[in-house]
Formats: sequence, structure tokens, C-alpha cells
Amino acid sequence: MSRIGKIARRTFLIGTAAVAGGVAFGVYAARKPAPNPLTPKDGEVALNPFIVIDGDGVTVIVPKAEMGQGVQTTWAALAAEELDMDPGDLRIQHGPPGKAYYNRGMGTQMFPTAEYRLSGWQEALGNQMSVAGKFLNLQITGGSTSSADGFEKMRQAGASARETLKEAAAQQLGVNRSALKTEGGAVIAPDGTRLSYAELAVAAAEIKPIVPDLRPQSSWKHVGKSQPRHDQMPKATGTAQFSLDVRLEGMKFAALKRNPYQGGGMAGFDPSAALDMAGVEDVINLGDGVAVIANNSWSAMQGAEAVVFDWTPGTYPETSDMIFETLRAAFDGDVNSTLLETGDVDILPDGATEITADYQVPYLCHAQMEPLSATALFTGETMEVWSGNQIPIHCRDVAAKEAGLDPEAVTLHTTLMGGGFGRRGFLDFTQYAARLAVKMPGVPVQLLWSREEDMSHGFYRPGAVSRFRGAVKDGRAVMVDGQIAAQSATASLMSILLGMAPMGPDKITVEGAFDQPYALPNARVRGYLADMDLPVGPWRSVGASINGFFFDSFIDELAHAAGADPLAFRLDMMRDEDARSASVLEAVRDASGWTGKTPDGVGRGVAFCHSFGTPVAEVIEVHQTDAGIKIAKAWIAADVGIALDPKNIEAQLFGAMTFGLSAALHQQITFADGAAEQANFYDYDAIRMHTMPQVVDIRILENGHRISGIGEPGTPPAAAALANALFDLTGTRARRLPLAEQFDFAV
Amino acid sequence: MARLTINGTAQTVDLPDEVPLLWALRDGLNMTGTKFGCGVAACGACTVHIDGEAVRSCQVAIGDVWGEVTTIEGLGTPDAPAVLQQAWVDHQVAQCGYCQSGQIMQAAALLAEVPNPTDADIDEAMQGNLCRCGTYPRIRAAIHDAAQKLQEA
Repeated sequence: MSRIGKIARRTFLIGTAAVAGGVAFGVYAARKPAPNPLTPKDGEVALNPFIVIDGDGVTVIVPKAEMGQGVQTTWAALAAEELDMDPGDLRIQHGPPGKAYYNRGMGTQMFPTAEYRLSGWQEALGNQMSVAGKFLNLQITGGSTSSADGFEKMRQAGASARETLKEAAAQQLGVNRSALKTEGGAVIAPDGTRLSYAELAVAAAEIKPIVPDLRPQSSWKHVGKSQPRHDQMPKATGTAQFSLDVRLEGMKFAALKRNPYQGGGMAGFDPSAALDMAGVEDVINLGDGVAVIANNSWSAMQGAEAVVFDWTPGTYPETSDMIFETLRAAFDGDVNSTLLETGDVDILPDGATEITADYQVPYLCHAQMEPLSATALFTGETMEVWSGNQIPIHCRDVAAKEAGLDPEAVTLHTTLMGGGFGRRGFLDFTQYAARLAVKMPGVPVQLLWSREEDMSHGFYRPGAVSRFRGAVKDGRAVMVDGQIAAQSATASLMSILLGMAPMGPDKITVEGAFDQPYALPNARVRGYLADMDLPVGPWRSVGASINGFFFDSFIDELAHAAGADPLAFRLDMMRDEDARSASVLEAVRDASGWTGKTPDGVGRGVAFCHSFGTPVAEVIEVHQTDAGIKIAKAWIAADVGIALDPKNIEAQLFGAMTFGLSAALHQQITFADGAAEQANFYDYDAIRMHTMPQVVDIRILENGHRISGIGEPGTPPAAAALANALFDLTGTRARRLPLAEQFDFAV
Repeated sequence: MARLTINGTAQTVDLPDEVPLLWALRDGLNMTGTKFGCGVAACGACTVHIDGEAVRSCQVAIGDVWGEVTTIEGLGTPDAPAVLQQAWVDHQVAQCGYCQSGQIMQAAALLAEVPNPTDADIDEAMQGNLCRCGTYPRIRAAIHDAAQKLQEA
């Protein structure tokens, strides 16, 4: 075996995976390091699973889906901090699938407890439990976990590489390692001798990796400061390569067509009209659909529309009315969860005024800008796959299964993604491309979803219904009793990740409602699950996108019933419960100059949601204009504990808010004859330049005792803030989405 | 077989005449900077210039292309970006980045016609270009910045 081969097999212990305990899976196995998945080429050295050094410099492996959230730049900066390098001098690669890249940021989200209430022991246990990710192959980007996941381990990877390189230099120079410094990608000896990391790497790889302490926050040079994103110039010049941009010698273009009644089968098809079309070369049976092969993507899509199909019916209710009836019927079934229960909600407190309200939100498609695709080449013994995905190990394995190969025979390239929002945490696009490639040995093929195919074959954000009862007295809320019914997005995702749907309380169905930092003397939140085959899944902020609207809208209704200022009403209940959340609300109050009063023709709404460990408050201002209602201004405040990159956090906050406003304003997937009725952006629109509010101010707070995520938490308050503003403007309370069906907006 | 002039270079594309320019660029010529988002002129991701005018390349058959085509690759390169592209970088506009080729081509056509656009001009010109990441505030800032720099130049 070559020396490089030995280096490749060297294992490296990362992070607190090594701490004592091993609660869920036993000490020995949990402490055993995951193998380094990197296989360095000649002239390359992998010091650990995250740092590769060759003659040209240092490459940092960021094994995370880059779908716009800036994770590659932030993780590189974390490694650069300890490597004593300018982050801009690091090259960044996604890297292969690997158990070493398991996500250990998900631990605290496993508890059926409000995150703002997590105690120290629960956090420690959460960190232990997240080691389970290594066993479950959870190399996953999602749940706003990347910052927490990478915060320590990328600095540890950088620090370990630095000290091990210093040790190599120390041995070479015959001096003590402590006498050496590092600067600009080189080790500096006391006499000024510079040894670059590149020239030390091979020697360093022979040394047992050193695991030093991390530098204190007070000494950080890069982390905590806004970094220029490394992907900006490629994205501004059209040179960034997304999944759909993969081009291979001799590659064919294919378009997918499947049963619009999802889950239904294919009894037969007639390809003759498609085969007569210019550019179309073949129509290939994929079992429950076909791929039309052509010499260009457009002819393939045209061909897919020309195939005549005999589809069989699906297995979920045919119409939206029937689907929502099924959701409401869940209230008559068993309670799935009661994750908040305090005081007594069965007795109306003396002298209190009772308020009730029912709410409803629709199913939603992700509608990421880049339609789904994957590219594959099958040779008979190996398969190579290019796919923009959030779960690389699972994608590799499903491709291997389709090809009847061992996973080791599959090489997966995870590309940049033109948006994800949760949709790329599923396997279908990778799986169908692999299935097609097996039928075309030796021919590289790119399988594309048309926009219509993408929108009609979602793993949709579940539609949901809720019933709220509450009471106010002396200007305060004295009771909230909420019931929420939906399909389980958790069950859908977990059956892919773990091969089974978890039992027990479904936290995601009620997150954003049961876990909000309000002191309520009598409160209960119950979740109900509706069992239907309609495909659902995570969508930016998942359950909090639903309950951020339900719960905060109801809090707003209670405030008005109590005759209180909506912001002060929330703040009164929040101050004693969670000071960090209260500070966020105060920040948005101060930023927006909230007075509780608005002139005629102007409405303001505030909303708050604590999700993924991050409290976020938003104020939206709407203006009545001659052309209709305009969403005019927005203010946002959030607390992320430690802000790794403020300018990127700002982008995530206004971006996530816009994502929520788009859904609130326009979006719904409805069903007729079992098929989605929306097809493209003309009937599934989003906020555009002229309907985007001016984002007046974004305040980032750092009062948390631990770092929390930012990719999703900006979404949940958006719909409620807008609906609350519309109530202030018009006196009409919106209890269902989308809002464009009920209000006359300027478009 | 269609003959096109793209970014100043004569090109021959061996695809049926009814194939849209978008796919001639992407699949015929491997010029993947121009993006597919909807196929129905509803998102603007495929925006290119024909004789300086911003058009949705998914709607123009290669047999019907009436002039010289400019794509994002022709506007500037990473080593020599256009002023507008540099403004995009300076303002850290892109998130996922998939729509930005189209946004930049649309903005370039706007600035060619209106050197110092108002916010209302930007609203009018850019509303056909969708961004699901919500980068609009930084797109607006980058356009204003580029307009200023181009006028100073």
C-alpha cells in the first residue's frame, strides 16, 4: 500500500463525539472515530476529513449542501480562523459522502421541549444524542443546524491541522513546537524561516493528529466578521456550476414524466408521437413513468408531453375539499401530542372573555429556482452521479441500489444547488437518474424535471388546520388552548433517512405553537396527525411555517380582544419567561419606532416566533394605495447567540422573510382529480422586485448562550406579521392563507 | 442547423430550428451561464440580449433569432467582470445564485437604456425576474451602485 493510501485510512477524531457517556449507543462505538472518506490523489495529503493540502495550497472540505445559505464561506472561515489563513486563500470543495460528515448540530432539536427552556443537562444530552448521526448516516443539511454543527468542528479541524503542521516543522527544524508561529499558510520559526503548509503536509500526515484547545472568541480575526462569499464572482459571471449545468462528452438529455396523481401507477403508454418528433431519440420505461431521451432538453420535454399514458389512480383523496375534510376529521381521532399543558384550560377563569378562532393553511411547493435534475453514467461496474442534494450518503446508496452495485462503486458529486428549501432532502431526482442510466450503459444522461413536472410532484409543505380557544382578562392572556391537525412531514423524511417513521409525539407538527416563550397560566397545545398518502415533507422552517401563522395570529387576536397594544401585550408575557426573546421584540419595537398607532391608510403588524433555537420578531407595514394594498416596509430582529457572519445573517433573514411573504401572499397547491392544479410561476407566483417591501432595518442580537441557526427562523413570523398588519389597516382578520384571495393587493 | 452570432463569435448549432435559443446555448454550445427556470417566460432566469434588447431566450426559436446574441458569459468574466457584475459581487447579492445571470442581463439592458434609473424604473424593469431567495434589496442596491460608477467612468 502506498503511503498516501495509509494516510487516506488514517482516522481523525472530531469534536465532542469523544466526550464520555455515549448515552444512546454505548461508549465504545460512539467514541470510535468515523473513517476519513477522502482518498487523496498523488501529491495531495488529507490531514483530516476537512483539510486537504497539496502543492497549490489548502482546500477545506465543506460537506454541506450549498443552496444559497452561504455555508461554504462560513465553514471555511471557521477553519481559516485556526489555520491562520485568509479565508479567501482557501479553496472549497463539497467532498464525497462520508460518515465523518455526520451532522452533530441536530441534538437539541430531538427533545420534545421548547428550545428556549432547554436546561444544561439537556443540551449535554443533546450533544451526546447527535453522535447517533454517525450511526444513522445523517450527513444532512437541514434544520438550520449547519452553524451549530460546524462551529466547533471546523475550528477543531483547522486547529488540529495547524498544530500537526507545526509539529512537523518542529521535528524538521529541531526546535520545540511551542517556539513556532503560524501566519498566512506557513509555519514561522524563531529565526524567521518560513515553511509553507504545502511543504510540511506529507511529513505532518505521518504524525498522530494533535488536538489542541480552541482559541477564545476575543482573539478571532475572521469569525464574527462579514466575509466576502467565495461563490459571488462565479454566480455573477454565469460560471458557477449547478446540477443542471453538468456537461459530459456524449451526454444525452432526458425529461421525466410521471403520473400526475402521485403514487398512482402506469398501466401503459404509447410513445409513437414522441418518437416522431425532431431531436427525440428514445422513450424509456422507468416503471412508474418514462424518460424521453433527446439531443437537447427542450425536445425531450416536448416529447414527454407527446407520450400518451394510461395512468392508474392514486391513493389519496382526489380534491382539496376532501383532503382538508380528512385533516379536520383528525380532530376526532387520537391526540398525537400534548407537548404544552399547564394550568387548567377546561375552566374559563372568572371574569375572563373567551375568544375562539379556526385557521387554515394550504399545501405548498418548494419552487426552488432550479428545477430538479441529476446526471448519471453507468459503466456496468461503476456509476458516477451528479446531484444537488442535502443527503449525500442516502443519494449514493439509492443510486447503488438502482444499479445493483456496492455503494463503494458509486461516485457521487454534490453540486451547487439553485435553491433547496427542503426539496433536495429527498431521493427521487437522484434515484430516477440512476435508474435511467442503468438502462443506457456507457452513455452519460442528464434527467430533467420540467417546471410543471417539479411543481406537480412535490413533497409538499403539509396543509394544516387549527382550532384555538383563549381568554383575556385585565389586558392579559389567561388561557390558550390550541389544536393543530396535519400530515406528518417528519414521518415522510424519516422514512427516507432511517427507513421507518418514528413513533411518539410529532414535534414538528406543533413546533412554533407549543414552544413559544409566553407566560400563560393556562395553556395546552395538542397535535393530531392525518394519515394520507399525499407526499409531504420539510419546507423552509416546516411546522413553524404553519404555526408561526396560527399561533401568532391568535396571540394578536387576544391582544386586540384585551384592548392592548399587540407588541406590549406580547412583551408583557415574554419578559419573565425568556429575557432573550423579549430583547428581540424590544429591538424590533425600537427599530421600527413602534407606537401602536398608525395613520389612515397605513397598517402595521408585529409577529414573533422562536424556532430552531433562534427568536425572531418582524414588523410589517402596509399602505393602502390607489392600485391596492402595498407591502411597504419591514423590520427584523433576531438573536443567533453568536453571529458568525453578520452580512450573511442579514441576507438569510430578509430572504427567509421574503420566502414567507411569498407563500402568505400568493401560494397554494390545490388538487383536482388527484393532481396538483398549479403548474408554473404564472399560477404559483412569489414576491418580486416591485412587491418586495423596503427592508428598513435588521438587528442581530447575540445574547444567547449557544449558537443557533439562521436559514429558516426568518420565515415563520412573516405571514402573521403581514396578516396582523392587514387587520390593522382594514379591520378584517385573515384566518387562512393565501392572502391574495381575500385582500386587494397592488400587483 | 442554425448560424448565430453569440458574444461576437459566429456559431453553428446543429439542432432543429424550433428549439429555443436557451437550449441551443445550454445544450448545443455548452454555454450554461444562461439558466432554465420555467420555460414560459414567467421567471426571467434565461434572459439574454438580442441586439442589446433583453429577451427571454426560452421563447425565441433559434430559427427566429434576429440579431447578435449577448449572454452572461459575454458581459464579463471572473478575471474581467463588467462594472455591473462587480457591483453584484461588492453587494454580495447572490444567495443560491441561480436567477442572477438573468437578473444581471435584465439590469444591464435597463442601464443601457436608463443610465440613472429611479427605484420606480427598477421596479418596472426587473419585475419579470423572479428570485426565490429574496435578494431584491441587494439587486436594487447593486444597480444603483453600478449606475453611479458607470456615469463616473
